[in-house]
Amino acid sequence: MIYLQLLLSFAQVGLFSIGGGYAAIPLIESQVVVNHGWLTMSEFTDLVTIAEMTPGPIAINAATFVGIRIGGAPGAVVATLGCIVPSLAIVTLLAFVYYRYKSATFMQRILKVIRPVVVSLIAAAGIRILVNASGLGGAVDLVAVALFAAALATMRLSKLSPVLVMVICGVIYMLLEIIVK
Amino acid sequence: MHEREPRRPNVLWILFAGMFYISAFTFGGGFVIATFVKKRFSDELGWISESEMLDLIALAQSAPGAIAVNVSILVGWKVFGLMGMVVSVLGTILPPMIIITVVSIIYNLIADNFYVALLLKGMQVGVAAIILSVSIDLAIKVIREKSALYDILMVVAFVLSYVFKVNVVILILSALLLGASLAFLGRKGAFR
Repeated sequence: MIYLQLLLSFAQVGLFSIGGGYAAIPLIESQVVVNHGWLTMSEFTDLVTIAEMTPGPIAINAATFVGIRIGGAPGAVVATLGCIVPSLAIVTLLAFVYYRYKSATFMQRILKVIRPVVVSLIAAAGIRILVNASGLGGAVDLVAVALFAAALATMRLSKLSPVLVMVICGVIYMLLEIIVK
Repeated sequence: MHEREPRRPNVLWILFAGMFYISAFTFGGGFVIATFVKKRFSDELGWISESEMLDLIALAQSAPGAIAVNVSILVGWKVFGLMGMVVSVLGTILPPMIIITVVSIIYNLIADNFYVALLLKGMQVGVAAIILSVSIDLAIKVIREKSALYDILMVVAFVLSYVFKVNVVILILSALLLGASLAFLGRKGAFR
């Protein structure tokens, strides 16, 4: 019942990724890498990289990517459907409440409390990606660690586009590895 | 005021084409998409008033799931009911589905290539830097709220997630419950 698993997994991603954008990353990781082992941590990081470079919400990108690998084209459709069904239900409900009472403050208040938690979940996922990519805690890849520090400094200090930072990292790493080895 | 009433297939087609175009060519998160949707359907077509559009975007952010999908659900519903919603969502999700399908085929073919593997490895490091930089921005915003509760929540959630590997869904559900009870108490005036 691979299709049902895909549907339910991505429904959880759709249901619990609150706060948009990066909030989906820890959830996708938890479903796809930890719970089901559909992707390795490295493949998952490649997926995030690809999602960052292509248009579209990361959850939809992930659903299509994982769906195709696990269940072909039908898998992609089922996983994407799973992703949007919770949104359909909840957004419609919220819209109903909004048009009735013209106020969304109750939900906004709840969001304020969820946000700090989501921030930490995103940070934790980012650190796990870093550990995986740089071998921290195992055989440390010094080139990767130095590159990470430089990339983070660039992100903090300049307004360079994230995609550009990522591509430059890839090229520098490839060139360094080829020259050094 | 002059009411615009285009023919039905026309409305659905313009809705689909607008969403498809925005989704296919807009890089960056849901907020960027939301801006373009507002520009197209409020400013250019005048189908939704600006203030209602801003409310719809706020709603889309409050609901779980991708903001782009949520915005397109609301705009589609507003413009043409259930059919509008289906057409609008299809327009939004088809471009990423098509693009990722092509990319995943290419990925399977080239990911094992020596140079591509090195390139991807370097880009993984870059992605870690981007995600952590975003986290720092978000954390600064939370700290600026100057609420001890939010700061403590942030630290506790990080420790539970990273050190104790507590399931993400459990953590978000707990935050949701806490938020709901605080919001409920706040509404009654007990919390302020």
